Amino acid sequence: QKTKEGFLSKITKAIAGKSTVDDEVLDQLEEALVGADVGIDTTLAIIERIEKRVKQDKYVNTTELNQLLQQEIQDMLVEAPDFSYKDFEIPEGKKPYVILVVGVNGVGKTTTIGKLAHNYKKAGKEVILGAADTFRAAAVDQLTIWSERVGVPIVKQAMGSDPSAVAFDTVKSAVARDADVVIIDTAGRLHNKLHLMDELGKIKRVIQKVIPDAPHEVMLVLDGSTGQNALEQARQFTATTEVTALSITKLDGTAKGGVVLAIANQFKIPVKYIGVGEKIDDLIIFNKHEFVDSLFRITDK
Amino acid sequence: MFQNLSERLESAFKNLKGESRINDLNIANTVKDIRRALIDADVNFKIAKEFTDKVKDKAVGEKVINAISPGQLMVKIVQDELTELMGGTEAAFNVTGNPAVILIAGLQGSGKTTFTGKLASYLKTKKGKSPLVVAADIYRPAAIDQLTVLAEQVGVDIYSERENKDAVAIALNAIKEAKTKNKNVVIIDTAGRLAVDEVMMKEVADIKAAVNPTEILFVVDSMTGQDAVNTAKAFNDRLDFSGVVLTKLDGDTRGGAALSIKYTVNKPIKFVSSGEKLDTLDVFYPERMAQRILGMGDITTLVEKA
Ligand SMILES: Nc1nc2c(ncn2[C@@H]2O[C@H](COP(=O)(O)OP(=O)(O)OP(=O)(O)O)[C@@H](O)[C@H]2O)c(=O)[nH]1
Ligand SMILES: Nc1nc2c(ncn2[C@@H]2O[C@H](COP(=O)(O)OP(=O)(O)OP(=O)(O)O)[C@@H](O)[C@H]2O)c(=O)[nH]1
Ligand SMILES: [Mg+2]
Ligand SMILES: [Mg+2]
Repeated sequence: QKTKEGFLSKITKAIAGKSTVDDEVLDQLEEALVGADVGIDTTLAIIERIEKRVKQDKYVNTTELNQLLQQEIQDMLVEAPDFSYKDFEIPEGKKPYVILVVGVNGVGKTTTIGKLAHNYKKAGKEVILGAADTFRAAAVDQLTIWSERVGVPIVKQAMGSDPSAVAFDTVKSAVARDADVVIIDTAGRLHNKLHLMDELGKIKRVIQKVIPDAPHEVMLVLDGSTGQNALEQARQFTATTEVTALSITKLDGTAKGGVVLAIANQFKIPVKYIGVGEKIDDLIIFNKHEFVDSLFRITDK
Repeated sequence: MFQNLSERLESAFKNLKGESRINDLNIANTVKDIRRALIDADVNFKIAKEFTDKVKDKAVGEKVINAISPGQLMVKIVQDELTELMGGTEAAFNVTGNPAVILIAGLQGSGKTTFTGKLASYLKTKKGKSPLVVAADIYRPAAIDQLTVLAEQVGVDIYSERENKDAVAIALNAIKEAKTKNKNVVIIDTAGRLAVDEVMMKEVADIKAAVNPTEILFVVDSMTGQDAVNTAKAFNDRLDFSGVVLTKLDGDTRGGAALSIKYTVNKPIKFVSSGEKLDTLDVFYPERMAQRILGMGDITTLVEKA
């Protein structure tokens, strides 16, 4: 297990010896937030609210600042709607439960699908994977290896075939087999490429021909080391596919990933999972209280 | 939001019309605007600060003349400085040696394998070389298959050992193979790794030590945020790489990471990758990158218009 300091631990340390919140403390806070990819707008919004409180209450000491800050950040992270994601159960009456996984190139979609399938299977669910990335070199082979690792069936066609056709086949086959969960992998695509985004819309429509209220979940995978462009990714993917949940990957590499705050706040999409490694078990159900806590955590090196 | 930084700078300078020179006071807000634009473009915040301080020093004392608005003058200074910083000395790409050995390294998913294919294609078609690509990623599922498909598309040979779990040995064997097969360039694709992963960082350092590369390229996703600085530094500390490859520039990211990396390790950006297809490899234009980071379109024409 790799441990690292949360990005706000710096501010915790910086204000430890001080009794009140002054400009210097706020400057340091700004640095810590911006330095963690929270972004200028969101950072300034947070600082403004804290400044207001400081003005209003006159004497805000640094312990209170810490609490205030934790509260602010928690408030920005939306709670998952409908049912809370505490385990790998699927909601009533949604069988098979169809998850469509989308995102830009190389963020970790296929790997996340492997880990997800493993978790659903562990929870006793029957899982089926759909290899609708028919474009990237050996994408089908990669998902096939994951399906073997996990021990779940995969629906695939030849490279270069129509991804919607694969999605259609997968969902059909899931219904026929009475499977519980369907997870469909898609090719990485940059959100500014219109024809590729349209293709996602088509995949969605084709799935709906089999199950009208599917996909039940559209999961946007974001790379935790991405900067402000992640906001644009969230915007464009939401516009095309109505993203319902986020997964943030590669958080084993960086204590940052602060752009998530801005995204969750701006688009009101809950973060569902975080990826913390390349292994099958390296997926964690996101818990916002723990997450916020970890941002402030000071780890001894 | 910073799409129109130049417009905002112009209006910020409107109230400067009466004054004859730029000074610390009348420039303060503008410097802040520029700094925010840079941070919004993912330039590391410390670097953004140092950079704008330098720009301020350059601007202070400049005469406010009527022919060109102070806003535009400021933009010009910023852009020139950025371009200079990004450009530096034009470094050639070295493929001499028999064989020349090129080592590819970087974080997971940054685009290494795709770039390996692109570089092989470039060296084959544009430089008349005969490359051998090497699958030294022994971890990622189907990594060998992926490179095999790409090599086939490009029409170059691939070296791989499906059963061997020693990346250093694979790399060394590949070079032997290149010699017997008369391949004059060997491109070694390695697994993605995190800078904080000591075991994996040692592996790539070991590969370097064993094969003594002609070029070591650090492949980085242009969408990377503030952590680009730490990552680049960590890889450079271990590998002393010879150049940077900036990928996924076909997206709409401002790509401020490029500036951060250049600033931190001062290594040239040797290639730009902008697409999934194998012919989308470009050389790097510092001026275009500077404009992109500032998100202002073509500044040169803007200033000429004035
Ligand atoms: N360290 C780390 N690496 C990860 C994580 N998730 C994925 N990866 C790695 O990131 C790389 C890309 O992962 P993929 O799953 O292939 O990403 P993708 O989004 O499917 O990529 P494309 O299909 O090419 O767009 C692989 O090397 C994965 O092992 C994570 O949570 N932590
Ligand atoms: N749009 C676009 N996609 C790219 C570019 N370069 C690579 N990709 C895509 O990014 C994804 C990851 O690329 P890979 O070449 O597999 O990355 P990698 O660094 O080898 O990944 P690992 O080996 O898992 O660490 C794939 O979907 C590629 O097609 C680029 O310049 N533009
Ligand atoms: Mg994939
Ligand atoms: Mg690779």
